[in-house]
Amino acid sequence: MSRFKSKKSKGSPAINTSSLPDIIFMLLFFFMVTTVMREVTLKVKTKLPQATEIQKLEKKSLVSYIYIGPPVKSALYGTNSRIQLNDTFATIDNIQEFVTKEREDRDEADKKFITTSLKVDGLTKMGIVSDVKQELRKAGALKINYSTRKGKKEKR
Amino acid sequence: MAIKASPEINAGSMADIAFLLLIFFLVTTTMDVDTGITRKLPPPVENNEEDIDVKDRNVLKILVNSQDRLLVDGRPGDISQLKFKVIDFITPHPGNDEYPEVTTKHIDQLNRDITISKGIVSLKNDRGTSYDMYIQVQNELAAGFNELKDRFSMEMYGQKYSALIDNDKIDAVNAAVPVAISEAEPEDIGGK
Repeated sequence: MSRFKSKKSKGSPAINTSSLPDIIFMLLFFFMVTTVMREVTLKVKTKLPQATEIQKLEKKSLVSYIYIGPPVKSALYGTNSRIQLNDTFATIDNIQEFVTKEREDRDEADKKFITTSLKVDGLTKMGIVSDVKQELRKAGALKINYSTRKGKKEKR
Repeated sequence: MAIKASPEINAGSMADIAFLLLIFFLVTTTMDVDTGITRKLPPPVENNEEDIDVKDRNVLKILVNSQDRLLVDGRPGDISQLKFKVIDFITPHPGNDEYPEVTTKHIDQLNRDITISKGIVSLKNDRGTSYDMYIQVQNELAAGFNELKDRFSMEMYGQKYSALIDNDKIDAVNAAVPVAISEAEPEDIGGK
């Protein structure tokens, strides 16, 4: 009988999976720490233009965003480019107020490092962008960044 | 006296729970780094009438109309040539009347005088210009100035500008090759 028994005990032993949760938890913590939750719901489409001479935006906490582009719900809001500040549509007049509020949210020491990132759709006309820039000048937010994707624009 | 051993908790599903959380964070994570072209706006001026007189030969005029066409120095230009035009224009040409005036500037970090061009690139666009075109022009201008910075950096330190780490050296290059881009108020000629 022992002949049969030895046959039965053969076969690969089960892999010890007790450390699997630990490994998964490690990955989980990594992603939890690196995750930045999307702060605003985009109401405008911003298909950013491409550029090659780009710089990285550092210190994300010191960046405030202005979105300009055609509304996502074009049936409701039309196709003309609109400005979005935080979660709502805004007009040119709201920009100074927005800049002041953004400035109040930051520490005193960081105030002069605030960058305004313009996320503008490529098909937007420059008129609205120029208006925004003029307002930013008046508000004293002089550091701006034209947000672009990396890549070479192919010839049309 | 028998100590009742508490039944062992089944930890087999722990991995599943962790997986669930992991997948949630994987999906919500945005890893993309924001990139873009950084520019500094000029501070607001009180009086628009006080225009600063700049000699004509010191200015490279770039106009973009509402049809996204370029006019470089009075002639129709192409976007692909813009970079070289800027490099050619800003590179100091002492004693040449065709090019902008030159001036010497003392760079503290190098402790020597450097000849720099007084040239300014003036960019003017229409209100109807597309943002895409505007960014392309800005990109080409930035490419031109970066090329000049690279050249200067290679000459002085034998390294490209982007490879410089020392802040003193970066400041020196920035002082020697100032990014002189002036933006005029846009005009509304082409309509919407």
